Amino acid sequence: MNLPVEPDSTAKLPLEFTDNHESLKILGFWSFLATDLLLFASLFAVYAVYQSRVGMQGPSPDQLFKLGPAVVETLLLLTSSFTCGLAVYQMRRNHKRGTIIWLAVTLLLGVGFVTTEVREFVSYIAMGDSWHHSAFLSAFFTLVGTHGAHVTFGILWAITLIIQLMGRGLTTVTTRKMYMFALYWHFLDIIWVFIFTVVYLSGKI
Amino acid sequence: MSSLLALLFPPSTTRNMELSADVLIILASAAIIFYLTRWHRWKYLWREWLTTVDHKKIGIMYLIAAVTMLFRGGTDALLLRAQLAVPNNHLLGPLHYDEIFTTHGTIMIFFMAMPLIFAMFNIAIPLMIGSRDVAFPRLNAISFWLFAFAAFLFNISFVIGGSPNAGWTAYPPLTELAFNPGVGQNYYLMALVVTGLGTTATGINFLVTILRMRAPGMTLMRMPMFAWTTLVTSVLILFAFPPLTVAMVLTLFDRLFGTAFFTIGRGGMPMMYVNLFWLFGHPEVYILVLPSFGIFSEVVATFSRKKLFGYSTMVYSVLAITFLSYGTWVHHFFTMGAGAAVNVFFGLSTILIAIPTGIKIFNWIFTMWNGRIKMTVAMMWALAFIPTFVVGGATGVMLGAVPGDYQFHNSYFLIAHFHNVIIGGTVFGLMSGVYYWWPKVTGRLLNERQGKWAFWLFFLGFWLTFMPQYALGFMGMTRRMYTYSHGFGWSSLNLISTIGAFVMGAGFVVMVYNFVWSQIHGEIDVTGDPWNGRTLEWSTPSPAPEYNFARIPVVTDRDAWWAMKQEQKTNVVQIKPQEITDIELPKSSGIPFLMGLSFFVFSVGMVFSWWWIAGAGFLGFVVCMLVGTFDYDDHKEVPRQEIQNTESAFGRLQG
Ligand code: HEM
Ligand SMILES: [Cu+2]
Repeated sequence: MNLPVEPDSTAKLPLEFTDNHESLKILGFWSFLATDLLLFASLFAVYAVYQSRVGMQGPSPDQLFKLGPAVVETLLLLTSSFTCGLAVYQMRRNHKRGTIIWLAVTLLLGVGFVTTEVREFVSYIAMGDSWHHSAFLSAFFTLVGTHGAHVTFGILWAITLIIQLMGRGLTTVTTRKMYMFALYWHFLDIIWVFIFTVVYLSGKI
Repeated sequence: MSSLLALLFPPSTTRNMELSADVLIILASAAIIFYLTRWHRWKYLWREWLTTVDHKKIGIMYLIAAVTMLFRGGTDALLLRAQLAVPNNHLLGPLHYDEIFTTHGTIMIFFMAMPLIFAMFNIAIPLMIGSRDVAFPRLNAISFWLFAFAAFLFNISFVIGGSPNAGWTAYPPLTELAFNPGVGQNYYLMALVVTGLGTTATGINFLVTILRMRAPGMTLMRMPMFAWTTLVTSVLILFAFPPLTVAMVLTLFDRLFGTAFFTIGRGGMPMMYVNLFWLFGHPEVYILVLPSFGIFSEVVATFSRKKLFGYSTMVYSVLAITFLSYGTWVHHFFTMGAGAAVNVFFGLSTILIAIPTGIKIFNWIFTMWNGRIKMTVAMMWALAFIPTFVVGGATGVMLGAVPGDYQFHNSYFLIAHFHNVIIGGTVFGLMSGVYYWWPKVTGRLLNERQGKWAFWLFFLGFWLTFMPQYALGFMGMTRRMYTYSHGFGWSSLNLISTIGAFVMGAGFVVMVYNFVWSQIHGEIDVTGDPWNGRTLEWSTPSPAPEYNFARIPVVTDRDAWWAMKQEQKTNVVQIKPQEITDIELPKSSGIPFLMGLSFFVFSVGMVFSWWWIAGAGFLGFVVCMLVGTFDYDDHKEVPRQEIQNTESAFGRLQG
């Protein structure tokens, strides 16, 4: 478990990689992201096939989507990815306060994203287009909803992280958790870019 | 109240067979509770087993669970064969028959073969690569408890709520609520999702363990073959399980929330399910068989007293199989009319897999060539594998030839094929591994004479059961039919097949007897190296201490322990008292067990659509996660004095 690490080779490493246990976890998290990517890939495949299968009375993607909320969601999430990057930057410079502040901003942007998305969903359902109606609607709500659930989980995670950062400061453990959170958050951002193009944009053309 | 009773105990759970099972279950549970209470074993059970994060103990628990599941799946199999023994039989009705083949297949694949594979991973891998544990010990325990509770969930279905009945592949529309009311199918879906999560976590765990925790000097190309196949299997798991999870969850949404994924009326497509399922399913068959390939490589080399022949071609052929196995899934539904071009592509890719597989067979044969072969039970299972798997592979190539498959598809020929590869490959391999590593985990050798009896009964029973089924397939008998009439000419072959199945059953009974007997009377393994082994696990005492290695060995050669023995350097496993340092080990934790329990409660809620119970289970999960993330105290130090005492008891102190 404690493989010998050359002392001078660790000196230049970021804090979270200096402890062997912690750096193992980062590799483990990358592997998790790989399977999660496959999960989304499967859902994308389902959506791609089903987007034209709108049942007897529709609606089609073109009729359903409102680009407004989707654009707002995109802006919120992309910005939050940027602020998340700033949080890691502050962490690397060993600024605890800066890390926490940018993480909190990220979290708030995430909350904004989820709220907008929920309101978007509610507005569709209010028009009678719930996921019962067609294979397309089922696939749409499941794909986008799975992403939204991931973001929600991320928000809860960020809250526990802020508590730990405040209590413990920047240690090998907390920086590792922060780094993993950042990987997760950027990953969700990338997934969203695909959702925006594959679901919303190509649905509108 | 009466509607609740009707939900919990539909007619399919009040047949005589199910009622007698109820009685047995109640008696057995009472006996266990009595035993634990009478001998004050609850605390011991909780402290030493339910909360353990030690990979060796987790391996033992996987082993016990898998053997139990083999019993359940085997009982199902004997019931199926008893029903088919003679024409126009009415031991089981049609629905009953459907339920039993469904639980048979599902249990054998997900709750017998998979955990037995994980038992081997846990028992052997960390010791083999010279590590003190897996990368994420607590996650490892979580994997186990997710599997264990999922298996429990799946197994109670036939006495409470009703059994699933749509086959282990569970295709829609057979699984659609309109055609399959009741909760049975929900059990199947939830159990597979939960155990799938555990399996994915195991994949991550062993991937990182093997990539990052090998002893110094053990380069990738110096790893034992079993470590290679475990590595590759872990990768396969990471890529294969997500489509399964998606297929299961979407079906569940269709059934519970009325979505339209697979219902044709609203635009859904059953074919979507079939594709997702086999996108998982074909890699899954390699998840099942590659670990066994690794075990054969270890066992054959050890008992031939030779280096594994063609190590690097072995590695490359394993990698080739992994890669190819993602491009063959359509061969499970050639007949569904994807068109000639698609079928030809997938037919060719299927047949291509036979090439790397053949290479491996030759490598094992050349390893034995001119070796000094020792016929232990482990070796006999390995030898039996070769002809059995060759027949299975050859019939696989026949099925992969598209025009042929139009004839053989879904007939008894297919049934014979996959039992030929899964039993002859996976199960024989795992049995070989059990006999090989048993002394390492328990400290006692399995009795060889009893083991040989078990082997011969099982092996002969296997050929007797499945060879007639190839012929039955040619004669037109289709799979999943619950009875047949006199005039078809299938009667005598079916009877032979049933006799064979009972011979295999006898083999299983002897094997369990062998396990229990040897645990009490078996020869004690004092050397730690009963087979004159080649890899590092044999350099430790049997059973290995909690910390595995007092000092991590340094590896200079492929068969590390063999090389040390050749160079008379075995004293490197002995340690000088002043060299001993404290060892940091993961601490036991109740979280994994409680996490499994939460998932169980959640699943029960989902199965019966009792949302408040599902909510309670989910809450339990969240609490476990929170407690886990704020728990920084997950390690303990084993003091050097304790290590010194342990090592000196093993006679491994220098000076
Ligand atoms: C040379 C290697 C192999 C080839 C060419 C091959 C080919 C095939 C083909 C074409 C089918 C579909 C037949 C049909 O449905 O009509 C099939 C089914 C199957 N094979 Fe193989 N196979 C090979 C090895 C294996 C191995 C190693 C395993 C497992 C350890 C395995 C397990 C299965 C199972 C479980 C099924 C049927 C599942 C079902 O429909 O319920 N096969 N095989
Ligand atoms: Cu296949």
